[in-house]
Amino acid sequence: MTISAPEATTTKLENTGQLGYKKHTDGGWGLVPIQTRSERFASTNVEDFPAVTGREAVWKLTPIDRVADLIDGPLDGGVYDIDATLVEGVDVRWVDRTDTRIGSAGTPEERASANAWTQFEKALAITVSGEEAKTVRVRRSDLGSGARAAHVILEAKPFSTGLVILANTGSSLLTENVEILVGEGANLTVVTVQQWDDDAVHLASHFTTVGRDARVKHVVVTLGGSVVRVNPSTHLNAQGGEVEALGLYFADAGQHLEQQVYVDHDAPHTRSRVTYKGALQGAGARTVWVGDVLIRQSATGTDSYEQNRNLVLTDGTRADSIPNLEIETGDIAGAGHASATGRFDDEQLFYLQARGIPEEEARRLVVRGFLTEIVQQIGDPELEERLEIAIEEELNGTSLSTDGR
Amino acid sequence: MAVLEIRDLHVSVQTEQGSKPILRGVDLTIKKGETHAIMGPNGSGKSTLAYTIAGHPKYTVDSGSITLDGQDVLAMTVDERARAGLFLAMQYPVEIPGVTVTNFLRTAKTAIDGEAPPIRHWIKDVKSSMKNLRMDSTFAERNVNEGFSGGEKKRHEVLQMELLKPTFAVLDETDSGLDVDALKIVSEGVNRAKENTNLGVLLITHYTRILRYIKPDFVHVFVDGRIAEQGGPELADRLEDEGYDRFLVGEATA
Ligand SMILES: Nc1ncnc2c1ncn2[C@@H]1O[C@H](COP(=O)(O)OP(=O)(O)OP(=O)(O)O)[C@@H](O)[C@H]1O
Ligand SMILES: [Mg+2]
Repeated sequence: MTISAPEATTTKLENTGQLGYKKHTDGGWGLVPIQTRSERFASTNVEDFPAVTGREAVWKLTPIDRVADLIDGPLDGGVYDIDATLVEGVDVRWVDRTDTRIGSAGTPEERASANAWTQFEKALAITVSGEEAKTVRVRRSDLGSGARAAHVILEAKPFSTGLVILANTGSSLLTENVEILVGEGANLTVVTVQQWDDDAVHLASHFTTVGRDARVKHVVVTLGGSVVRVNPSTHLNAQGGEVEALGLYFADAGQHLEQQVYVDHDAPHTRSRVTYKGALQGAGARTVWVGDVLIRQSATGTDSYEQNRNLVLTDGTRADSIPNLEIETGDIAGAGHASATGRFDDEQLFYLQARGIPEEEARRLVVRGFLTEIVQQIGDPELEERLEIAIEEELNGTSLSTDGR
Repeated sequence: MAVLEIRDLHVSVQTEQGSKPILRGVDLTIKKGETHAIMGPNGSGKSTLAYTIAGHPKYTVDSGSITLDGQDVLAMTVDERARAGLFLAMQYPVEIPGVTVTNFLRTAKTAIDGEAPPIRHWIKDVKSSMKNLRMDSTFAERNVNEGFSGGEKKRHEVLQMELLKPTFAVLDETDSGLDVDALKIVSEGVNRAKENTNLGVLLITHYTRILRYIKPDFVHVFVDGRIAEQGGPELADRLEDEGYDRFLVGEATA
């Protein structure tokens, strides 16, 4: 098996080496943040942002020529067709821009996000209430090919429990903002699935606020689309709040799949776990993962860990993986990050082959296993099964064998 | 009668300093049903021999041959060797995240047999083999070797051997890290396989204690990449008393 080194970049902080799990340090992490994330400019008005050059932190890894229509220019901000299951305890409706929840979870930090905010006319509001577990599926499959703005409000009332699946298929040229409000003591799972057609372009910013002792599981699954960038940020601004951010992506030839994940620890005893896993195959397959974690002075007792793993299946791909940790207090329970981009583990392949399993099948097993770890955590058997099948289809797209032997 | 033959085998490993010879002329013939113990000091090349038989890409065969009933094993891929009837119980089994034991065993069995095993029968076989090895049924749904203790990994290796029914099995220190109870359980598994399928065994070990449970027909002393001496079970007892010094001194003055 001859394998050349994958073209991949992994940028790590210049710090004391493996941050690992440290208890109650007195600061002195020796961190030099590339940019203080909390000081980024934010506005809901597109005119407040200068023209995008491609050198901005938020744009520098994105192919801006392919998303230009979303950064500048007119957008259709009207209502569109959705498919939503009717579930007791979940309200789905269109609301006006005057809805008081709009703007309560976050503010755009880049021009395409602000462009959507400026131009959307109605917001889709999904409100979850009631303590019993429930699942609501909202599908968008008919967004058309014109440039579009969208705004989604997803609110979990205090002490409610729910799982919300936002599924995207078909073609689209879409920039949108998704505000997720998790009320006190609520337990919300949000899964957004991008299975767009090959030509789709989609930029999304998710803003989540987490109430006291509330828990949110946020899952981003991206399989289809030409350029898809989903940037989820979570503001842990109440004591005891917790986020589990999971991501799974599979980039084929020519696809650009990106996610910039931001967790802002801003209250005591908050907890975050970020785990994103990706696979890349085919010429020009490109993925970007940026993971910013900020632990503010106010966030004593924080427990945080973020990781990104990429599995490179063929030559000609590129995976960027950039973890970034800013810590402003010495009094934390733990903080760490891990990032790895690599080829197959030859020892795993050997083990499977030594049990009679042919190389090609062994590779499939390993990739499926690698990604399944995320799928298994979604908590909805129907979606999990559908994603297993979708991953299988991705794997069937290309022969994984690197040579004949 | 099936036979595994190793002739004048020379094997090296690629290091940063270049190619490093490890096996320096190994000759060994194992017939079906026979049990051969290989004993030798750390670093003498025992695992190298085991991995070379299984076809690990890290090792380069410089000269010599390995044949299974006259077929050229060295020309086969790793999976072809397994399908031809060779099995390696590894010294350090790797974890495979996201692949459950159940899925793994079924996939392997299907590959080895060339067809999926009849489902009812198979489930019964897996259950009873696990029970014999005192493996809790929850192992079936766990990911391969993930979080398994050292002893659990070794039992899992023997479980695979029992279910895949190879003609020849190489057990690379399957006994190390096992307590007395686990050692007995694992030995019983090997003996069952010997009884049921007339398995030929190449048992690599540091210690004579496993030889109390699995009786070897032949004992080979492995030193510095080759077999320095061979004999019957009594040789193992001598090694226990005298250690390897005798052979090491011989090497040094040679
Ligand atoms: N990649 C490598 N680079 C350098 N030396 C290696 C490499 N792989 C194996 N070796 C060397 O080959 C020799 C034989 O190793 P091997 O694992 O076969 O020994 P062993 O007899 O199984 O030892 P043990 O009893 O400790 O399991 C050792 O000296 C080892 O250091
Ligand atoms: Mg060894």
